[in-house]
Amino acid sequence: MKIADKNTKAVDLVRAALEKAKECEDYHAFISMNEAHALDRAREIDAKIARGEDAGRLAGVPFALKDNYLSPEGHTTAAAKMLENFISPITATAVARIEAEGAIMIGRTNLDAYAHGGSTENSYFGPTSNAYDKTRVSGGSSGGSAVAVALGIVPFALGSDTGGSIRQPASFNGVYGVKPTFGTVSRYGVVAMASSTDTMGCFAKNVEDANLVMSIMAGKDEKDSTTLDDFWTKPLEEAKPAKKKIGLIKDFMGEGVDEEVKAAVLGYADKLKKAGYEIEEISMPTLKYALAIYYIVVPAEIASNLSRYDGIRYGFRSKEAKNLDEIYSKTRDEGFMPENKRRIMIGNFVLSSGFFDAYYLKAQKARTLLINEYNKAFEKYDALLCPVAPRPAFKIGENTSDPLQMYLEDIMTVPPSLAGIPGLSIPVGKSKAGLPIGAQLVGPRQSDQTLLHIAAEVEEK
Amino acid sequence: MSEYKITVGIECHVQLNTKTKLFSGVDNDATDKEPNSCVSPVDYALPGMLPVLNKVAVEKAVRAGLAMNCKINLVSRFDRKHYYYPDLPKGYQISQMYQPIIGAGVVHLPDGSDVHIEHAHLEEDAAKSTHFGSYSLVDLNRAGTPLLEIVSMPDIHSAAQARVYCEELHRLMMYANVTNGDLYQGNMRFDVNVSVSKTDKLGTRTETKNLNSFRSVERLIEAETKRQISVLEKGGEIKQQTLGWDDATGKTTPQRGKENAQDYRYMPEPDVPPIVLEQSYVDKVASEMPKMPADYRSEFSVLNLDDSAVEAIVNYPVLANRLSEVCDKNVKLAPRVANWFASVLLAEENLDKDFSLATGAELAELSEMVEKKELSSTAAKEVLLEMYDHKNTSKTPHQLAKEMNLLQENDTDALSAIIDEVLAMPECAKAAEDVRNGEMKAIGFLVGQVMKKSQGKANPASVNELIRSKLS
Repeated sequence: MKIADKNTKAVDLVRAALEKAKECEDYHAFISMNEAHALDRAREIDAKIARGEDAGRLAGVPFALKDNYLSPEGHTTAAAKMLENFISPITATAVARIEAEGAIMIGRTNLDAYAHGGSTENSYFGPTSNAYDKTRVSGGSSGGSAVAVALGIVPFALGSDTGGSIRQPASFNGVYGVKPTFGTVSRYGVVAMASSTDTMGCFAKNVEDANLVMSIMAGKDEKDSTTLDDFWTKPLEEAKPAKKKIGLIKDFMGEGVDEEVKAAVLGYADKLKKAGYEIEEISMPTLKYALAIYYIVVPAEIASNLSRYDGIRYGFRSKEAKNLDEIYSKTRDEGFMPENKRRIMIGNFVLSSGFFDAYYLKAQKARTLLINEYNKAFEKYDALLCPVAPRPAFKIGENTSDPLQMYLEDIMTVPPSLAGIPGLSIPVGKSKAGLPIGAQLVGPRQSDQTLLHIAAEVEEK
Repeated sequence: MSEYKITVGIECHVQLNTKTKLFSGVDNDATDKEPNSCVSPVDYALPGMLPVLNKVAVEKAVRAGLAMNCKINLVSRFDRKHYYYPDLPKGYQISQMYQPIIGAGVVHLPDGSDVHIEHAHLEEDAAKSTHFGSYSLVDLNRAGTPLLEIVSMPDIHSAAQARVYCEELHRLMMYANVTNGDLYQGNMRFDVNVSVSKTDKLGTRTETKNLNSFRSVERLIEAETKRQISVLEKGGEIKQQTLGWDDATGKTTPQRGKENAQDYRYMPEPDVPPIVLEQSYVDKVASEMPKMPADYRSEFSVLNLDDSAVEAIVNYPVLANRLSEVCDKNVKLAPRVANWFASVLLAEENLDKDFSLATGAELAELSEMVEKKELSSTAAKEVLLEMYDHKNTSKTPHQLAKEMNLLQENDTDALSAIIDEVLAMPECAKAAEDVRNGEMKAIGFLVGQVMKKSQGKANPASVNELIRSKLS
């Protein structure tokens, strides 16, 4: 990506990005633009450079921000009516770190409201179109960020991934998508979806950019007790895999997976072979339970995390409410999207007295089995390879009446989320119809840079 | 008709006196502060906010646990307890449902009985609602204050014992320095479970929440047992329910029945990692614990004081500590000091809970001065009053007595000179003559005159003796 310096002005980089965003308005990648602030910041960066000061590793680089990251510039809506007019008094740690290195937020990107969804169709502000076919979905929930990078508006964008929300839209739009190890990047200041699987990551056009952005965001944050000490510290060349062995997950290469997707992933496996990797098929029988586990644990955490949207202290409050009970019921009824409500209902059901053991606890036990299965696989392999999604981007509206079908689209991205391990979405080809296809590399905890190292070895430049 | 056995279990919420809240960095002490002024985005549940555990609250919980002779659980976890109310900003309270930090223990009461502790857990306090007819106001200053909820076993069998338990719990928490202990401010609040039964099988219990004085606990139990017995005697049944207590009328009113019990949808708190303690940490905290009331009671038993005096002193950790220091120095000097505490300091008005007081060594010195007749007992009490609450803390009792002109004159030559002056006074001639004639009653008048002349510093016993020898 282009960094501002004596010859490249930050103002020009930002202006170009804003213009490109305007040209691409009909994709609806952005919920709001940050033009005035962005240009002010660009001028500051240029002044710094002119004074000979260090303007940071991302000096003047425009970026797009998924609209569930808090920042005082403009509204943070989470694409929800509930927060349509919400202005945050604080800045998310990840954003603060990126901005401290000179990057400039030009706008906030669209998502499924509260990040609930895999197509960005659940946005209160309407869907985002796929960068390669406007009649198709962008994927989600970080659809806007993926499309903003794919269209070349910005060199990188921030997203959040709870069950595939970075990886899947990255694959649908032909860009890299990084979902790091749980705890790599602080969750402080990001509207919570499911606390035990929420991870903050990014979209980029190439491995190098993705590595740079992640290395800046990663590291311990006192404000998020689950963050790990910074492990994103190596030059990428040194993050070499030890075994040079990759397992191809058989369970995700069979029935129900699009033939073109399979062919693209196998093609990528061949490239890895040529680069000196041994590729072996591996069967992971517990993976088929991942979706069931996910749709118990995650809605429980969602229902809990969404309890704070009660119309009392901030955000939307129903004008119809006449007493306390109605402030709660009408505000939440009007302020949430159907998918939000669906997940709240599932979550409250599995947590209710008498059902907790049968659902939530059982799911957590199964989750441990899943983690064990991954650990066993990683004794043998540096990483595991599989598709990101069973098929390329589907049509807008195609799945909206069938929530279960929509959930099934997450089957390959959900397991690493439950295990807290990193997943990298890599653009590996296109279908005959010209739709991008992504492959997913998954590794053990904190092997994030190793995954990027492997991808870099076979990256087409 | 056999007697009803009363069974009581008490849950006590103790607000911990940490500098900051349980999960946020803002001031935990909102005394005299504007409503909603001690509130961070974490406390008012801004989107994207995360709780960060206050390590001092953990230490205070461990101290409280040690004070109650409890097992300290090396691994404990937080859970979310969900319900909707405007004083609960997140829509859930972070508490410890499944793995509390403090395990089983026992509180030894001054009356010799024991109350066992089931467990104690850390949780955050809710905010405070105030209702005004058509609207309510919420003050979030209290939201997130660390609480330790201490759950007793149903070991209590009378209203009086319940009161003694609550008072002892209060003492333990004060000694352990885990709370400010101001009941009026709600620093300790009691939920009381009461049942009665004629058999060994426990009766159906009722729960009355949020009592904030020892007296209310006692009165509530008296009233509630009476009510339950009367219901049962009329052939009725006790309903399991939550009651409200009206301190003014001394009556309970039903609030919520079992059928309307809330489903709190408990869930492990994913944002706060488990508390993992090393045994060496617990040992270190234990080594830093001060002596507890029970330690002092057994220590002071050799002083032959009234039980009431001992309890009065033990109520004030400073007094108990100083008396113990005096005992360590010289146990013979201690009863006098104990009596001073009981008769002088505890009689002071506005005696603050955390007043300061001279060291045990200085108090022993003061007592010794009386022992050696360097100071009269009355004068010593005057000196003592100068030795507490930051007054003259840098001065020794001897210095103080000297400055206050209270030292007794034991110098025979000096006394002799004064006596000679007194005996030479015309108004004393008659009394001197009477004494010479063996009318010893009159000596009191002469001693009084000498005392007056010496400005009270003369040792009356010595004066008496000297006058006798001069007039014999």
